[in-house]
Amino acid sequence: MALNLPPLPLPVPNRRDLIALPLVIALFFIIAHAGREMAVPFHLGDDLSISLSPLALPEYGLYTVLRMLAALVVSFVFTLGYAWLAAHNRYAERILIPALDVLQSVPILGYLSITVTGFMALFPGSLVGVQLAVIFAVFTSQAWNMTFSLYQSLKTVPRDLHEAATLYRLNAWQRFWKVELPFAMPGLLWNTMMSMSGGWFFVVASEAITVSDQTVTVPGIGSYIAAAIAHKDLAAIGWAIAAMIVIILAYDTLLFRPIVAWADKFKFEMTASSETPRSVVLDFLRRTRLLKLLAVVPARLWELSVQLTPKVPVRRASGNARQHRRLADAVFYAALSVLALWAVVRLLQLLPRDFGWPMVWHVLGLGLITGLKVFVLVALSALVWVPIGVWIGLRPRWAEKVQPLAQFLAAFPANLLFPLFVVVIVHWHLNVDVFTAPLMILGSMWYILFSVVGAAAAIPTDMREAAQNLGLRGWLLWKRLYLPGIFPGFVTGAITASGGAWNASIVAEVVSWGDKTLVATGLGAYISQTTAKGQTAQIALGVGVMSLLVILTNRLVWHRLYDLAQRRVRLD
Amino acid sequence: MAATVEHAPTAATVQGVDIFRTEHLRKAFKTPDGAELLVLDDVNMHLGEGEILVLLGRSGSGKSTLLRMLAGLVSSSGGVALHRGQPITGPVPGLAMVFQSFALLPWLTVLQNVELGLEALKVPAAERRARAIAAIDLIGLDGFESAYPRELSGGMRQRVGFARALVINPDVLLMDEPFSALDVLTAETMRTDLLDLWTERKIPTRGILLVSHNIEEAVLMADRIIILGSNPGRIVNEMRINLPHPRNRESQDFRDLVEDIYGVMTARPVGRDASRKQVPGIGLRLPSLSVNALAGLLEELDALEKSNANTRISLPDLAEDMHFSVDDLFPLIEGVELLGFAQVEDGDIMLLPAGRIFVDGSLQERKQLFARHLTERVPLVARIRAVLDERFNHRAPDSRFLTELEDHLSEEEARRVLDTAIDWGRYAEVYAYDDNAEVFSLDNPEAEE
Repeated sequence: MALNLPPLPLPVPNRRDLIALPLVIALFFIIAHAGREMAVPFHLGDDLSISLSPLALPEYGLYTVLRMLAALVVSFVFTLGYAWLAAHNRYAERILIPALDVLQSVPILGYLSITVTGFMALFPGSLVGVQLAVIFAVFTSQAWNMTFSLYQSLKTVPRDLHEAATLYRLNAWQRFWKVELPFAMPGLLWNTMMSMSGGWFFVVASEAITVSDQTVTVPGIGSYIAAAIAHKDLAAIGWAIAAMIVIILAYDTLLFRPIVAWADKFKFEMTASSETPRSVVLDFLRRTRLLKLLAVVPARLWELSVQLTPKVPVRRASGNARQHRRLADAVFYAALSVLALWAVVRLLQLLPRDFGWPMVWHVLGLGLITGLKVFVLVALSALVWVPIGVWIGLRPRWAEKVQPLAQFLAAFPANLLFPLFVVVIVHWHLNVDVFTAPLMILGSMWYILFSVVGAAAAIPTDMREAAQNLGLRGWLLWKRLYLPGIFPGFVTGAITASGGAWNASIVAEVVSWGDKTLVATGLGAYISQTTAKGQTAQIALGVGVMSLLVILTNRLVWHRLYDLAQRRVRLD
Repeated sequence: MAATVEHAPTAATVQGVDIFRTEHLRKAFKTPDGAELLVLDDVNMHLGEGEILVLLGRSGSGKSTLLRMLAGLVSSSGGVALHRGQPITGPVPGLAMVFQSFALLPWLTVLQNVELGLEALKVPAAERRARAIAAIDLIGLDGFESAYPRELSGGMRQRVGFARALVINPDVLLMDEPFSALDVLTAETMRTDLLDLWTERKIPTRGILLVSHNIEEAVLMADRIIILGSNPGRIVNEMRINLPHPRNRESQDFRDLVEDIYGVMTARPVGRDASRKQVPGIGLRLPSLSVNALAGLLEELDALEKSNANTRISLPDLAEDMHFSVDDLFPLIEGVELLGFAQVEDGDIMLLPAGRIFVDGSLQERKQLFARHLTERVPLVARIRAVLDERFNHRAPDSRFLTELEDHLSEEEARRVLDTAIDWGRYAEVYAYDDNAEVFSLDNPEAEE
């Protein structure tokens, strides 16, 4: 099976090539260099000294960026495999999807100590283990969301596209790359961007953590901040914040904008939309001559894969497929119920032995306190941001500017700002329980703002005109038009905000400035403190309770509100 | 270019074997509670060599399901379906299908879309390209190779659909209402273009199976027409069209054939189906129609009656007059017949006295008349009203009736029928319905809030 492809004629490079080529080559060198640096020897207890000089920041920033990139790649690969399997095998689906639902609710920073120890054991005497643990933490903050999005898209590929693919005898490989993945692309990309903005928080939080009374750090923006906190260096914190702003903007310009602009062709719509996303970087790359040749690589790989994957065989009659299926179903469910029963029994045996019921009740109580805080915080953010969001959303010119700003604020890791709050709390001797609480929502309340702005901007003009024409004003106007109009957007934003607040509680309920540490009452503080002491069983209990509470609130509150929004107040 | 070598199906060269043949083919779907819903029953048909066969039927006649069973996309529930003498178990090479919705991949260019089927056949890149470009030229798309489907008009998109089908040199071409999403003029051009390719033997295809609800389209293209009845779908008639190509829509022969088919398709199944007596029970499939549309038809009939000075109005004329296709017109006719406002005989429709009273009535009189006919003639509405009258609080959840309907209809169809009953019942003020609580009641809406 020879590939009869014509040889490539090498074009003359143009001016853009002269700029782009050196940049691309430099990029490879930087990545290679950083890769070497990230694998330096390391033993638990070693103190990697972090320089607080602003001049060290570009290098630290680079490491943080590369970790994010690595996590993104891993998440993407994981997503493709997991979602494909769940969408194409009904048994896998019954296990993988509920599992995903649970995984989504587990606080990411909760099990960091366990993964750090695990990865360090895998790579003894090297920093690689810690690096991988950080990447893994970011991965877990992104992958579940992305996988859900892909799975849902795969399940909703239009029937006629499926039929065309079957009739023209595309094999599973071709079907996935030509039909399913492109169809899922817009949703997957959007989710990747959202997950990515959550990821910055976790990369910063996990670059310097305390495990079994030992502080484990890897060089990066997060460890820079940790060092600055330990040294009470306000100027360094300022520098770190500035560096983070630059990094996030660069990520957006150099990575996501080009991808979004490129992926516009995957939108499943047959009308040419008036507004297409543009990217200066993508346009630039598209106009290069020599560099554009790189596009041939995927094309040839694709050609090769087409020749290598087998043709679809002509299906022959299979005797009693239905009976086979029924039998397989029975075996599958029987095995599953036995397993579930065993798990429950074991849990009931283990729980009292390890902790005793009073301990379990105590942790549950802490969970409820944190839960109450999350609820109040989401409600307060709604009170503040809904009116502002609606006001902005109704003014297109404002919305255009505020929307990206809110997205940026959501991406900005709020934990960089914690020290500023702590300084104030320490200085004025404020109540720790009350005044550390806002830190939990600081990073995620922006999701409410930009969802509401988006929803308000989408309220059809004719409805607004009709309301005006009828003389609706004041509260009546809000009650009848604006609030119902933004409700679906608000719910989406609030779900993200509340999830983010739960996760953030682990770092927000225990904060420090120099030698001064503030501890609030709550489940986050409990998990954080047991992590520092290395009490694995207690960490598991704390994480378990938090996951349970998150799942319960999702089921009992958010999903219902979401369904309500979908059914009742859609504006289409 | 040795294009046709690699997959011309060996069976295709076997002469004297029909391309498709079915015997007692049936298709049933399972409802959630295990009951069987018959979609197609006892279908005996064949597609011969060199033939254009049109499956004509209204929505709900299972014509698309039949096409998909022959294509190997849907499995049968009984009977025999053969392709070239072999049982159909899945998609067979040499089959191509053109979809109503075009089913193009919007992220691929015209050329890439056309190449898709060849890629699956592992045709080498260079040959693939050459064949795709040849197909694109054949179908009149040259110049658009690098365009994306969204840049094209509907007609051009369907040309891509045809090119994608023809590029694999199909033995049979299956078409699922390929022209019904196009505007009238474009559709006509595409039909003639396809007929030209076919009659001048520019394509190696040996048989065409076209699913349609458009009577004129069927008469224009078919060598043979099979008419499917509804609920369940079964063959009610079959006719050979011997008019020479190109056919003239205005010729008397053509018009007579169209009239005949209208007659066959609107004939009440009672006489024909006497063996299997259908009692219009609660599961009667109410057409999804607004009361306004029904009233509109009655008013139009009244107007035509007055201007023609003839109480019988021919259905083709009515369709032309209202710019309606069969799928628009037949449910309306079914609706007014069901409610006893008009009557169809031999392809003609006439107003009944009740219909005339309705047209002349005021809003309140219309509502009262509609309510009376509704409770007398639609068992579902009568049943809902009876249950509400019976209950002391005069309320009943819609799920109660939905489960009852699902004994007779699919889940989707049950919901649709119930929605129609809700709409008609609300108009006639037979009962009220609260969509938030999903509850029927006899409440007076003004009394609330």
